[in-house]
Amino acid sequence: MVQYFAARLDSSFAALSDATRRGVLEQLGRADASITDLAEKFHMTLTGMKKHVAVLEQAGLVATEKVGRVRICSLGARGLDAETAWIEAYRQRWAARFDALDQVVAELKHKEKLDGRKKRE
Amino acid sequence: MDARKESDSRTKAERTSERELVVTRTFDAPARIVFAAWTQPELLQRWWAPKSFGIVFLACEADVRTGGRYRFVFGHGDSPPMEFFGRYLEVTPPLRLVWTNEEAGDGGQITTVTFEEQGGKTRVVMHDLYPSKEALDEAIASGSTSGMAETFTQLEDLLATPANV
Repeated sequence: MVQYFAARLDSSFAALSDATRRGVLEQLGRADASITDLAEKFHMTLTGMKKHVAVLEQAGLVATEKVGRVRICSLGARGLDAETAWIEAYRQRWAARFDALDQVVAELKHKEKLDGRKKRE
Repeated sequence: MDARKESDSRTKAERTSERELVVTRTFDAPARIVFAAWTQPELLQRWWAPKSFGIVFLACEADVRTGGRYRFVFGHGDSPPMEFFGRYLEVTPPLRLVWTNEEAGDGGQITTVTFEEQGGKTRVVMHDLYPSKEALDEAIASGSTSGMAETFTQLEDLLATPANV
């Protein structure tokens, strides 16, 4: 099992180590695209793009499906998880901020209490 | 660790539609106090960039009234300063704050924060509305693919969660 995870990790790292492949993921995050579309977009030969897509597919980051004579690429299950991961990172950022805000709010509340007491005295 | 987790779970974040992100958290104080912490620059500075972010405020200017502008500048080690700016579209104490985020040009979101007081506690709802699905997708994509280190960390987190495998 551990070996399986390690293998997945390796293949994902390898897949993401290339700027074109990261660009392809970004592109597919916006809309599905055929290999021909992607090749054109990244100024690449069809064969070159096929290789990149194969690497991404093997890592589970991209899924492909043949529709008629065209192979359509979309984000794989793991690619979709990227959005979930981003939202979690975003949430953690706000949680850290709000923890700090909690302290500021507690201080203000305490100060208000003291001031109120002073006024009554 | 447990205390940290508990406070962590009090903050919820969700993509509620193609164009919207919502973050919520409840604070143990009346709305006027929480609102003050969002609208007085000297208070805002104390929590907007907590230590764990590794950034420091270089400037925190906020003219908090409808139509007023704000400008936050952060320093991060030797990197060039990061600047965030925009305009307050609505300031209604102690209920509602709306501002624009203009540093990214037209793709910036509109942030609406509401303060709902109930039984001495205040529920803060922060709502980000992006101009289009593409703009939010772009924000997510650039956030998750910009730094390799960050991508790797996210990937590791992802792979460490059995539900995602």
